[in-house]
Amino acid sequence: MNDPSAASSGPLPTIPPLVALAMRPLPLLPLQLALGAVLRGIHRRNPAIFDRLGAHARARFGIRPIDLPFAFVVEAKPPRLSVVRELPKGLDARISASLANLLALLEGRVDGDALMFSRELVVEGDVEAVLALRNAIDDAQLDLAIELSSLFGPLGAPARRAFEAARGHVIGSSGQSEQSR
Amino acid sequence: MMELICPAGTPAALKSAIDAGADAIYCGFNDETNARNFPGLNFSRDELRKAIALAHGRGAKILVAINTFPRAAAVDIWHRAVDDAVSAGADALILADIGLMDYTARRHPNQRLHVSVQAAAANPDAIAFYAENFGARRVVLPRVLSVPEIAEITRESACETEVFVFGGLCVMAEGRCSLSSYATGKSPNMQGVCSPPSHVTYEQTAEGTKSSLGGFTINRFGTSEPAGYPTLCKGRFSTAQGAGYIFEDPVSLDATTLLRGLRDAGVTALKIEGRQRGRAYVESVVRHFRHALAALESGSETDIAGLKPFTEGQASTLGAYRKTWR
Repeated sequence: MNDPSAASSGPLPTIPPLVALAMRPLPLLPLQLALGAVLRGIHRRNPAIFDRLGAHARARFGIRPIDLPFAFVVEAKPPRLSVVRELPKGLDARISASLANLLALLEGRVDGDALMFSRELVVEGDVEAVLALRNAIDDAQLDLAIELSSLFGPLGAPARRAFEAARGHVIGSSGQSEQSR
Repeated sequence: MMELICPAGTPAALKSAIDAGADAIYCGFNDETNARNFPGLNFSRDELRKAIALAHGRGAKILVAINTFPRAAAVDIWHRAVDDAVSAGADALILADIGLMDYTARRHPNQRLHVSVQAAAANPDAIAFYAENFGARRVVLPRVLSVPEIAEITRESACETEVFVFGGLCVMAEGRCSLSSYATGKSPNMQGVCSPPSHVTYEQTAEGTKSSLGGFTINRFGTSEPAGYPTLCKGRFSTAQGAGYIFEDPVSLDATTLLRGLRDAGVTALKIEGRQRGRAYVESVVRHFRHALAALESGSETDIAGLKPFTEGQASTLGAYRKTWR
């Protein structure tokens, strides 16, 4: 579980455009397989995680990190994730923000309403489904370092330390309350 | 020291509030019996029982908000909520409807009752009515009073008083606004949801983001312009006198600088709005006011800018506590 008090100071960083450009030719399938396994692992370890979605459990969410050359289509029940170059039509809702803000939201380190107020988070489509998803995730207390390192089997411990270090670099170790300073 | 009353929309947020120093946490059931009936939010009966056990183990209290007004022919839903909150061990119930207060006072005479802000009890006579007839022990004052008025009311009332110090504001006396009902057909006061997200749309246009409620355009924000909640009271409208925020600006209440005056007014408890907000908000705002109260006791300075990122429209106001007119 993560601690929302452990938060970053200053606005969260974005991926430099040149780095994003360099990522454009990368194949998406390996990332899709890895993230799909992480999503299924989260669901397996926290079977009630999506109960708060209620009637929106079968909604299809398009999630677009604005600083990456690809996006994600996520479904909760059954847990499914695909990586796409462009979000398809027909999604129930679309959510856009920087990768760092999306990761911070996943861990409950930033407040979704505050990101909406500062225009760092853009929502389109079924707002009710997005709100249910936000509340479900906020209550789940996910720790992405733990979830991602679960893919590494016996190398889980060093992988977790590496992910924690990466998280400290991207999201930081403190909170939104510091952002205006 | 004044009590710090903090919001929680989920069990995780409740734990964050306790960790950050809440004296009491208020929360509601996941149905129309409370005024934050948003999707994915609030507590099941089982979650409430566990939350009360957790809070009591950490020395904190749980106040259960059952603060909407029962609909005719559906009163049982509200009665069940009262019965279940009492049997779960709630430290107090926060009620708005006089019928529900009467039911609770008769059925559970030992249960502590607080008068919700939704009841809009804004003078000593109204407060005395709740205290004398239902044994109410505390009143949450509506956000329409100045600090001297709060001092006067507190002096004349047998009830403890609780006031809001941070969070969203309503333009009208609470519990008496029908703007959202008019636009959506769903009542904040009876179904617990102002600007229901099922009726909210955000549209990206060449001029920026357009927000609408029930087909009514509320606002259009430029790409870097701070935004507020999609409520009609905080909409930007064009009139013969010009365009602007006709009713109220999208700002949040922040009474950090008024804590000394509120303490001197005899206020018992300070309330933070925001059961619909995430853990990061709860943790940061609660910790801010815990530090501010400690600073008040020790006579030291308090940081007054730290909460700006959490404010609606990225701006704060003292609201009616310090009334000005435009």
